[in-house]
Amino acid sequence: MKPSQFAYHAPTELEEVLDLLAQYGDDAKVLAGGQSLMPMMNFRLLSPAHIVDINRVSSLAGFSLSDAGLFIGALARHREVEVSPEVELAFPILHEGLTNVAHVQIRNRGTICGSLAHADSAAELPSIMMALDARLNIRSKGSERVALAEDFFRFHLTSDLGPGELLVSVDIPAMSKNAFGVFEEITRRKGDFALVGVAVVGSWDENGKFQECRIVCSGVAPTPLRLREAENFVTGTDLSEAVLVAVQQLVMESLVPTEDIHSSAEYRKKVTGVIVRRGLARLTGQRRVQNV
Amino acid sequence: MSKETELDPVEAKMWISVTINGAKNAYLVEHRMTLADFLRKVVGLSGTHLGCEHGSCGACTVIMNGKAVRSCLLLGVQADGASIETVEGLAQDGALTSLQEAFHVNHALQCGYCTSGFLMSLVAQLRDGPIETEAEAREALSGNICRCTGYTGMVKALLNLPASNGQIGEGL
Repeated sequence: MKPSQFAYHAPTELEEVLDLLAQYGDDAKVLAGGQSLMPMMNFRLLSPAHIVDINRVSSLAGFSLSDAGLFIGALARHREVEVSPEVELAFPILHEGLTNVAHVQIRNRGTICGSLAHADSAAELPSIMMALDARLNIRSKGSERVALAEDFFRFHLTSDLGPGELLVSVDIPAMSKNAFGVFEEITRRKGDFALVGVAVVGSWDENGKFQECRIVCSGVAPTPLRLREAENFVTGTDLSEAVLVAVQQLVMESLVPTEDIHSSAEYRKKVTGVIVRRGLARLTGQRRVQNV
Repeated sequence: MSKETELDPVEAKMWISVTINGAKNAYLVEHRMTLADFLRKVVGLSGTHLGCEHGSCGACTVIMNGKAVRSCLLLGVQADGASIETVEGLAQDGALTSLQEAFHVNHALQCGYCTSGFLMSLVAQLRDGPIETEAEAREALSGNICRCTGYTGMVKALLNLPASNGQIGEGL
């Protein structure tokens, strides 16, 4: 349970990081929080020849909130974003999702961008970023590009990042005044990976109809999965009890989830329906609170 | 693709300067050595224990720059310039801290293997604010695993800490 030999690099400038990644390509792994990479190295599931530790690159640290939205740098730790009262107010769904990520000792170190780059299909943040239509800013030596969260996740533990590329930050567009988002998950114990999670976002129009709905599940497919059929079903409705019952049924009947040692496909199907309904029901509650 | 055989193990080391329990020193550390192994084998502080070595059990928890972290998921070289607190930094001249005393009095440990990790997790959390209810106590304990006690003694210990929670600081 010890990592195998590697060469350790601790650059202090972003350009140096990109140079190293360009030079070593697939032989290099980026070390940020290390809360997923280090276990894989301890298990020797990964034995990279080069570790590029970005923790000393101060330009990648921190996050900032503006009218345009939330900017999260590559080194922003889960915990620092979680405990920000401003973030909790502007993006309650993100705050809620972060409190569900492992335990505080892990969140003290783990980074949001690292979780996205790791692309674990059961993780909370990829589905939340997809529900919030986040933009991922990617750099490599001599070039940069932006990926939509929706296009970023390719397979379990596989993202759109190529050799030499670094996820330098994430931009989450501001939510409109009438938009809400909630996160729900089912775990064996709090802090475990979710068996199933769901991020639900939507807004209420002036006629009290539900619009701009995104329902994104984690833990049911090799990537976060948008439930478009369910989204279409609830869009334009008032999310009445009858609609909620029907959408739960729709999810249970249409979903074909993955199966693993942690739970059967049948169980995942059932609880996904339950938490989709639960999430949508909470959005109805938030509208009522807003109208009071 | 692993190229470990090409690396010279003698070269794959670096000097770091780190403050451990208040004392600053320089150490030569292998790149691949975890912070936990560095503390135990290079510094000789074996109070930090290793359970799972992949971040699940919490036995190796230490405080780095004021935050509780898993020392099995950090490299020793990453501690360069940092301040680390381990369980050896708690009791002064054999006098237990109030938290350690509460563990002792409330039977919060049996075999003791996980205890140092629990103590360091709790020290960091108590510095952020008091733990006043059973729910808060269980949440505070949730990042560490104990296979002996069933946690009841630890919950009791936390709820029976002297009412000096507000002044818990370096000397906890």
